[in-house]
Amino acid sequence: MNLSRVQSASGKEESNMPKLITQVGCPYCGSSCDDIEVLVSDDGKKVLEVHNACIIGTNLFHHANDSTRPMLPRKRQPDGSMKEISYDEAVDYTAKTMLAAKKPLIFGFGSTNCEGMSAVGRVAEKAGAVLDNCASICHGPSFLAMFDNGYPSCTLGEAKNRADCVVFWGCNPMHAHPRHTSRYSIFPRGFFTQKGSMQRTIISIDPRESDTAKLADIHYMLQQGHDYELFDAFRTVLRGHDIPDEVAGIKKEQILKGAEAMKKARFVMIFFGMGCTHTDGRNHNVDIAISLTRDLNEHTKASIMAMRGHYNIAGPGQVWSWQFGFPYCIDLSKGTHAHMNPGETSSVDLAMRDEVDCFVNVGTDAGAHWPIDAVKHVKKHPFITIDPNFNMASEISDLHIPVRIAGVDEGGVVYRMDNVPIQFKAVLKGLSGVPSDEELFDMIYERMCVLTQSEPIWLTAKEDRKYPSPVVS
Amino acid sequence: MSEIIVKGGFVIDPTRKIDGDVADVAIKDGKIVDKVSSGAKIIDAKGKIVMAGGVDVHAHVAGPKVNVGRLFRPEDKLFKSPMAQDGFRMESGFSVPSTFKTGYDYARMGYAFVMEAAMPPLFTAHVHEEIHDTPIIDEAALPVFGNNWFVMDYLKKGEIENTAAYIAWLIRVTKGFGIKVVNPGGTAAWAWGLNCLTLNDPVPYFEITPSEIITGLLKANEYLGLPHSMHIHQNDLGNPGNYQLTIDSLKLAEGVKPKNKFGREQVMHSTHIQFHSYGGDSWANFESKAKEVMDYVNKNKAITCDLGCVTLDETTTMTADGPFEHHLNSLNHLKWCNVDVEMETAAGVVPYVYDKNIKVCGIQWAIGLELGLYAKDPNRTFISTDHPNAGPFIRYPRVIKWLMSKKAREATLDTFKYKDKVIAATNIHSIDRELTLYEIAQMTRSGPAKCLGMSNIYGGLAPGMNADVGVFDLNYKNMPSDPEKIEQAFLRAAYFIKSGEIVVRDGDILGHGHKKTIWVNVKMPENPQVMRDITQSFTKDYTVGIDNYPVHDYLAPHPFVINVDVEA
Amino acid sequence: MFEAFNITPDAFAGKTPAQIAALEGREGKIKVALGDFFEVSGSPGNTADETDVVIVGDCSRVKYIGNKMTAGSITVNGNADMYVGGWMKGGKIHIKGNVDSFCGIGMEGGDILIDGKAGNYVGCAYRGDWRGMKGGTIRIRGSAGNDIGTFMLGGTIIIENNAFIHVSTHAEGGTVIIKGDVEGRVGGQAVKGDIYVLGKIQFMLPGFKKIDVVEKEVDGVKGTFNHYIGDLGERHPKSKGKEIFANLYVKAAA
Repeated sequence: MNLSRVQSASGKEESNMPKLITQVGCPYCGSSCDDIEVLVSDDGKKVLEVHNACIIGTNLFHHANDSTRPMLPRKRQPDGSMKEISYDEAVDYTAKTMLAAKKPLIFGFGSTNCEGMSAVGRVAEKAGAVLDNCASICHGPSFLAMFDNGYPSCTLGEAKNRADCVVFWGCNPMHAHPRHTSRYSIFPRGFFTQKGSMQRTIISIDPRESDTAKLADIHYMLQQGHDYELFDAFRTVLRGHDIPDEVAGIKKEQILKGAEAMKKARFVMIFFGMGCTHTDGRNHNVDIAISLTRDLNEHTKASIMAMRGHYNIAGPGQVWSWQFGFPYCIDLSKGTHAHMNPGETSSVDLAMRDEVDCFVNVGTDAGAHWPIDAVKHVKKHPFITIDPNFNMASEISDLHIPVRIAGVDEGGVVYRMDNVPIQFKAVLKGLSGVPSDEELFDMIYERMCVLTQSEPIWLTAKEDRKYPSPVVS
Repeated sequence: MSEIIVKGGFVIDPTRKIDGDVADVAIKDGKIVDKVSSGAKIIDAKGKIVMAGGVDVHAHVAGPKVNVGRLFRPEDKLFKSPMAQDGFRMESGFSVPSTFKTGYDYARMGYAFVMEAAMPPLFTAHVHEEIHDTPIIDEAALPVFGNNWFVMDYLKKGEIENTAAYIAWLIRVTKGFGIKVVNPGGTAAWAWGLNCLTLNDPVPYFEITPSEIITGLLKANEYLGLPHSMHIHQNDLGNPGNYQLTIDSLKLAEGVKPKNKFGREQVMHSTHIQFHSYGGDSWANFESKAKEVMDYVNKNKAITCDLGCVTLDETTTMTADGPFEHHLNSLNHLKWCNVDVEMETAAGVVPYVYDKNIKVCGIQWAIGLELGLYAKDPNRTFISTDHPNAGPFIRYPRVIKWLMSKKAREATLDTFKYKDKVIAATNIHSIDRELTLYEIAQMTRSGPAKCLGMSNIYGGLAPGMNADVGVFDLNYKNMPSDPEKIEQAFLRAAYFIKSGEIVVRDGDILGHGHKKTIWVNVKMPENPQVMRDITQSFTKDYTVGIDNYPVHDYLAPHPFVINVDVEA
Repeated sequence: MFEAFNITPDAFAGKTPAQIAALEGREGKIKVALGDFFEVSGSPGNTADETDVVIVGDCSRVKYIGNKMTAGSITVNGNADMYVGGWMKGGKIHIKGNVDSFCGIGMEGGDILIDGKAGNYVGCAYRGDWRGMKGGTIRIRGSAGNDIGTFMLGGTIIIENNAFIHVSTHAEGGTVIIKGDVEGRVGGQAVKGDIYVLGKIQFMLPGFKKIDVVEKEVDGVKGTFNHYIGDLGERHPKSKGKEIFANLYVKAAA
C-alpha cells in the first residue's frame, strides 16, 4: 500500500491513505472475474489503480473517474438540443410516457445489477410493457435451444478442475472474454488438471484463424454457416455410422480424429458463442450442440456452456424467470399473464413490425447494437435511455437518465456466465445525487402508482430495506 | 398490533390433543394467546375446521435448479395459468410456479412455512433472492452436504469435529437451516459421469462410501445439536428393487441418539420415500414395497419421513441427484438440464408426464398413498409430493382427499388403463383405512414442525406459538360424502391468518404479509485448521473469492434466527 | 397491430352481429372490440360447424385468426398476420394472400390453405414443447421460410414452392412435402416422419444415407425418388428389433 501525496481541489497538498479493496468483481464480460483489486482514494471517490483485470476491465474502472460523467437527466428540447432536468421531472416523464403508450418496450440490462432487474419487473407489469434483455440480440438462440433441448452444463470450476478436452465452437475468448482462458478454460492448474494447458486438448471450430484458434491443437476452419452439418457429422460418427468424405468444408479424417479426441477425453467442455447463435439456423446450431453433448455423455463426461457476453446478462434471465417464468421477450401487456414467443415478442422484431410505441433502453446501447432500421422504427416514438454513460442511444434519446455504474459505485448481485451468483461490491462512493437503477425504477414505479391511483405492491423485502450502501472496506 | 378471535370453529390441534372441539382461537400481536379483548376482530369459523398453518418439510421452491425448471419450460406457462389478482403480482407456471405464485398458492392452502429442500451453497445468494421474492410464507433452505468435498475428506479421515466445524461455518455463511444429503457420494461420482448405486460403492478419488457419508453426517448433526435431523434422499432413487437399499440406509440410524434443545426426537428424516420403495427388478415386474418400508419406519421412532406422492400430472422433475436425471432422460427422452457445481453438488431437471395410462405411473401413485395409509404414527409421516418431482404442491389437497377417502382412491384407480395390473402389483385396492382430519393435521402440521425442531413456533395452536391459523370449509360433524369437497376446501382456505394478519379469504389473497427467512446460527469455537482448509480451497479450487461467498444480510431482509451454541 | 383472439367460428356461433362486434381483442395493453376495426354483417350458425366467416380487407396486422377453432370456416380475402389457425382442432381456413409466421402452430386437426407465401414456423410446436403439430393439413401455395414442422408428430404440410432451411427438425411423425427447392437442414435431428422434396436440396445433411430408389406419387406428382433414411446422428425407436428412421424422398433428376 502506498502513501501518496495527492493534490486536492483547493491546491493544498495533503497526505492520504488510499484503500486497497480486494476480491472486487469486474463489471465487464461474462467471465465476471471477482479477483480484481482496486486502489481507491481515501475519500472513496477516485479509482487510482486496478490490478488483475484485463485491459477492458481496467479501463472500465478508470472510466468511473471521468469528470464528464453525466450527473443529471437531460431532456430533448423542441429545438433538438438537450437540457438538464431534475430527477423528479425525469421520473415523471418516464412514468407518464410508459403509461400512455399502448405497448412500451423496455430493453437492455446487459450492465445492471439484479436489484435493478427486479425493480423494473414491477414497472413493466404496471406499464403493460414488453420486458426484454440483450439476449434477444445475443444468446437468445441459446435460450430457444434450451427450451427445446435442455442444457447439460456445469459451473466454471468444474471446467477448470476437470476438463481435459476443451472445444471452443464459434467463440473467441482471447478477444471477447480475455481472462477466461487463464481463469477457467485453457491455462489454469485445477484440482484434477495440475498440468494446466499441457494436459488439455484444445479444439477450435471457427471459419477464421482467430487468436483462440491459434492456441488450439485442432482447428476446424469450417465453411461459415454450416456448423449444423458439422455437428450432425460428429453425432453420426459417434453412433457408428459413416459420413460423406467432406462436411462443411472439413475432411472426414479430421472429423473422425476430433470425435476420437472427444470420446477418449475424461471430461469434454464445449464453449460456444456467436458463431453458433448468429449464423444460419441460429438456435438449431446450439440445439444440435446440446444433442452432441448429451450423446457424448454415453461415452464420457461432457458439458456445454454458452459464453454469455456481459458480467450480468445471465441476471435478467434468472430474475425474470423466477418472477414471470420466462427469461426474455416477456410481453406483459395482457396484465393477467405473461406471454413469450421470440420472433414475435423479441425487441428487434417488435421494432421492425412497428408494434411498440415507446422505447426504454436500460444499461445497453440499442443505438449501436441494433440493426439501424430497427433503431429508426423506435425513434418514431418516445425514446428513453437509462445508462451511466453517453452512448449512441443516449444521443438520439428524448430523455437520458444517468444512474450509478453497477460494480463500481453500486454493489449488488450478478450472475456469471455459468449462472453462479456473485455479490459484487461498490468500490467508489456513488456520484452525488445519482441514483442506482433500482432506486430509479422504484421512483418510477411509485410515480406510476400515484398517477393511476393504485397501491404500490411492495413485498416485505422492500418495505423498510435500506438499499445496500456502497461497501467500501 | 391487532387482536383477532377465530370463533366457534372445530379446532384440530394435535399438539394439545384437541380433535374437533368447538373452541375459539385468540390472536394478539402475531401470536396465539389465551384470550383477547372484546375489541378483537371476529372471524366466524362456525361449521368450519380450524388448524394451524401448514408446514411443508420438503419442496423445491427457490434456487438455481428450480429456476432452470422455470426458464427452460415456456410450455409450463402456455394456457396454464392466466391469473393475476387485482393489486397483486402476476402468477405464472403450473408445475414450477413463479415465486409470487408460489407464495400466493401456499397461502391459499393455509401453509405457513415451506422448507426449500436443497440449496447448493455456491448459489446461496440466488436461493435467498428467490426466498425474499416469495410473499407471505416463511421459508428456510437446507444446504446440501452429501457430496461436498470438505465433508467427504474429513469423514474419510474420521474427523467428526472438523466435519461439524465446516458444517457450522457453511450453515452460517449460507444462512441455511440444516444438513441435507442427496444421493450421498453418487452425485460427486456424477462429476465424472458415474454414480454410487449401493451403500458400499466408493466415490472416485475420495474413496468414501455412501454408508460412511451417512453415518458421519448423522454423527455430525447430533454433535452440533441442530434443530432438524439429517435429511436424506437415499441412493438409487427411482429404480425397481431399491427398497432394500432404502431400509439398509435407514438402519444406519440405529443406535444414534438425538441430541438437541428443540424437542426433536428423530435422527434421520427420509424424504420422498415413495421413490425409494420400489420392488421387482425391472419395469415389467415393478411392484410396491411400501409395506416393507413402512414396517421399518413404524418400528423406529428415530425416523421420520415424507411421502413424495405422485399426483398423475405433467410435471417437472428436479433434484440434486444428477445421475438420476440423466438416467430419466434416457428413459423418456425429454429435454435434460444438468448443472454440476464445483466442490459441492450437482442438479438435474427433466420434465415428466405421470400418465394414468402407463402401468408404472399407476403403481407409483399407489405406493405414495400406501406409505401414508400404513403409517402407525402420523406424527412421523408427512404429506409431500417432493414438489414438483412427483407433482405440484397445489395437489396436496388432492393427496389429502385420497388419504381420507377410499371412494376417491377407487375412482382414480378406475381411470387407469391397466387398472388390474396396478392392483396386482400393489396393495392400494385392499386398504380400507381412511385417515381422519386429526391424522391429516399431524401429517401436515404438528409432525413436520416437531421434526424441524420448531414445534414451539409452528404446527399447533397453543398460546405462544405463531399466529398462523387456517379455517377450512369442512364441517367436522357433517363431512361431505363427495370427496371432491375435501380437496376444494383445502385448496382454497376460507381464511388464512399468517403471523396475526389475515392474508387469505375464500381463497383470495388479501395482503402480502411479513414473511421471514428462517436460518440457524450455529456457533462453534473457531477451528483454525478448518478455516485454513477452507481459505486454501477458495484460493486454489473454487472460482469465486471467499469474501464473495457468504450471503450478505440484505439478501435475507427479515430473518428469524435460531441460535445454536455447540458445546465443545 | 390487432390481437384478435376471438375471430373464430366458435366465438361467433349463435351471436348477433352486434354481439360479434363487441367481442374483445387487444391492441397492446388496450382492450378493443372487433367492431373498432371491422364492420360485421350477416348471421352465424348456431354452432361453429354451421358458421362460415368471410373477412374482406387487409389483415396483415391482425394476429390469431382462427385461433383454437374446432369447426366451421374462415376465409380472408387478403393477407393475414401471425398465428393463423394456431392450436386449431378442426374446420377450414383459407387465406387468399400471404401469412406471417407461426401459421398452424400446435395444430391438431382441420385444414389451412394459404394462397400466397408463409413466413417462418409453419406447423411448428410452441417454444419448448416437444409435442408439435398432431394432425390436420396445411397447404401453402407460395414459398415458406424456415422451421417447417418443427417437433411434428402427425398431420401433413405441403409447401408448393421453395422453403429456406430446417424442415421437420426434431420430428417424430407427420408428413412434409416441399414441391420446390430447399436450401438445407432437411430432417435434422428427426426421430421419425416422412419428408418429400420434389425440387433440389442444396445442402444435404451428413446424417442422411441413401438406401433405395422408389417410384411414388406425391400430392398428384408421379416420379422417381431417391430414398434416404436418417437422421443417423439421432436416437431412433425400435420395432421388432429394427430401428425406425425418418424417411426423406428427394425427386431424382430427370
